[in-house]
Amino acid sequence: MALLEIEDLRTYFYTRAGIVRAVDGVSLSLSHGETMGIVGESGSGKSVTCYSILGLIPRPPGKIVSGVARFDGIDLLSCSDRQLRAIRGKRISMIFQDPMTSLNPYMRISDQLVEPLLVHEGMSRSGALIRAVESLEELGIQDASTRINLYPHQFSGGMRQRIMIAMALISRPEILIADEPTSALDVTVQAQILELIKQRQRELGTAVIFITHDLGVVASFCQYVTVMYAGRIVESAPTGELFARPMHPYSASLQQSIPALHQKGQPLYTIPGMPPDLTLDIEGCPFAPRCGHATAICREQRVALKEITSGHGTACIRFQRGELANTPLASTAAAL
Amino acid sequence: MSSFLVTHGLKTHFPIYRGAIFRKEIGTVKAVDGIDLQLRKGEILGLVGESGCGKSTLARTIMQLVPNTEGTVLLEGRDLSNLPKSSVRAERVNFQMIFQDPYASLNPRMTVFDTLGEAIQTRRKLPKRMLLEKVALLMNTVGLPANQMRRYPHEFSGGQRQRIAIARALAPEPKLIIADEPVSALDVSIQSQILNLIANLRHRMELTMIFISHDISVVKYISDRIAVMYLGRLVEIGPAADVVERPLHPYTRALVSAVPVPDPERERKRQRILLQGDPPSPMDPPTGCPFHPRCQFAIDACKVSRPELEEKEPGRFAACIRVGEI
Repeated sequence: MALLEIEDLRTYFYTRAGIVRAVDGVSLSLSHGETMGIVGESGSGKSVTCYSILGLIPRPPGKIVSGVARFDGIDLLSCSDRQLRAIRGKRISMIFQDPMTSLNPYMRISDQLVEPLLVHEGMSRSGALIRAVESLEELGIQDASTRINLYPHQFSGGMRQRIMIAMALISRPEILIADEPTSALDVTVQAQILELIKQRQRELGTAVIFITHDLGVVASFCQYVTVMYAGRIVESAPTGELFARPMHPYSASLQQSIPALHQKGQPLYTIPGMPPDLTLDIEGCPFAPRCGHATAICREQRVALKEITSGHGTACIRFQRGELANTPLASTAAAL
Repeated sequence: MSSFLVTHGLKTHFPIYRGAIFRKEIGTVKAVDGIDLQLRKGEILGLVGESGCGKSTLARTIMQLVPNTEGTVLLEGRDLSNLPKSSVRAERVNFQMIFQDPYASLNPRMTVFDTLGEAIQTRRKLPKRMLLEKVALLMNTVGLPANQMRRYPHEFSGGQRQRIAIARALAPEPKLIIADEPVSALDVSIQSQILNLIANLRHRMELTMIFISHDISVVKYISDRIAVMYLGRLVEIGPAADVVERPLHPYTRALVSAVPVPDPERERKRQRILLQGDPPSPMDPPTGCPFHPRCQFAIDACKVSRPELEEKEPGRFAACIRVGEI
């Protein structure tokens, strides 16, 4: 049974410029101990999806218009703030992109680390401190018992991100949501941090939702990938499948645009045009205006994600109808 | 090799003070610590390294935005580091920069015409009509419709703003362009558009460029040669493909291996070198080779003296005494 099941989530922002459909009908499910990557460009709705289920959307202007997020028999979207507080930071916790701004600069690391234990588990301060030191040691921070008394500015970026991870995992959550946790770090430190999350995940059996724009990180870290575009899921697949046999022109184009795969001198593949304006209600496939395979049918109706092979689904109607089965999805788009 | 830009023994040190009234110097940050570099005309040099390694300070020192402590910067044979202040200003029209964040680097209260017009006029004053033509031409060059020159930056997307920033850099017909992480803030699909534009322009206009990035795949794609910096010094320099595919210096190896490959098959098979810890503080660099505390190949000799950049293979330089053995 799925640990977390999101169905038809729609989160809209009511702004002066109009209604921004940031998340527009997202459904996904996460099993115990699984690592799921959500990839997409900025504004595709990957963070808003996760913030919505944790009740972290500023309301107003944001509003969850529809949807269910079942977690262990509870619908997170209809929980009261008090119920959510009991889940957030204990059973589902989160790591943010920027470790420089997500730690409180006025509080010692020790105070920030024991907070979840005091609040959620009612531990004594001394007991919580022992656990806090252990959790730092588990993340490879040496001299944890003395360094725990320092302030955030006394640590480097990589160290602060370790502290964030320790804090997120200290109450042994069932789900860890990591929102671009390594994007602000150097590649060498990124490699260390990814390795640590992987290792702690194995030990604790935590399921991880990993939000990123970096397909390289997805390839090395996630078992399962969900690709988002303009607030919708366009493709969802086991990682190897997505890279070997993409079933949506957008995912294929995204892979093609990465410079690492290219020979020198050859121009890089580019996706023509720009992402759509989310204040417009898009009738058909949101990628159609940029897609080399789009025909009239793509612009007519909304298409739901449909499973084509086991665990691999696409929201491309032409692929679903079998019209694109033997065509390279990205390169034809370039020819146009 | 006829060198267009040469730096010789370039050092930029920043003193650190403590105390407000009795200020005293308590140390120096050796941000750039002895860099010898040569650029040919029309060449793109990629500069990579972790944050704090001195990449940006090196770029700023070359442009004389920061005075160097020691050494020389020669542009077409003229020494920029000893010029009086007024001539430095006049000289700076030869250098242009493209910054990381196109949201922050354009003046929000100036239209595209104002921004580009001003940049053109730093080289020479033009009558209005000619200026209009020139701006329109520049906009076409970077792939923007010229009828949008009266618009303000907020009316453009991130990718388009970076095009404006590139047009601004091209406007005074500079001799050298320094691009400091120009595509790092952009999404993958936009990033490839901007990289294509830069690649295209450099062929059409014979641009000489220093391209700073922490993304090795981007640097490999765009540059002719790659220079790898660590703690204010160059540890390796050579042709781009060689440096990435067969790195000589252990630090370059670790840096390349840390980049995740967007291919799960290869990702599973390849060997990773995980560096321990963070780069040491540039205030208090380790003795000997600055990389030895994190290097898996370090031997006692590495702790003793600092290795110089040496030609290990034709055209390939590395600062490591163990290159042949490892």
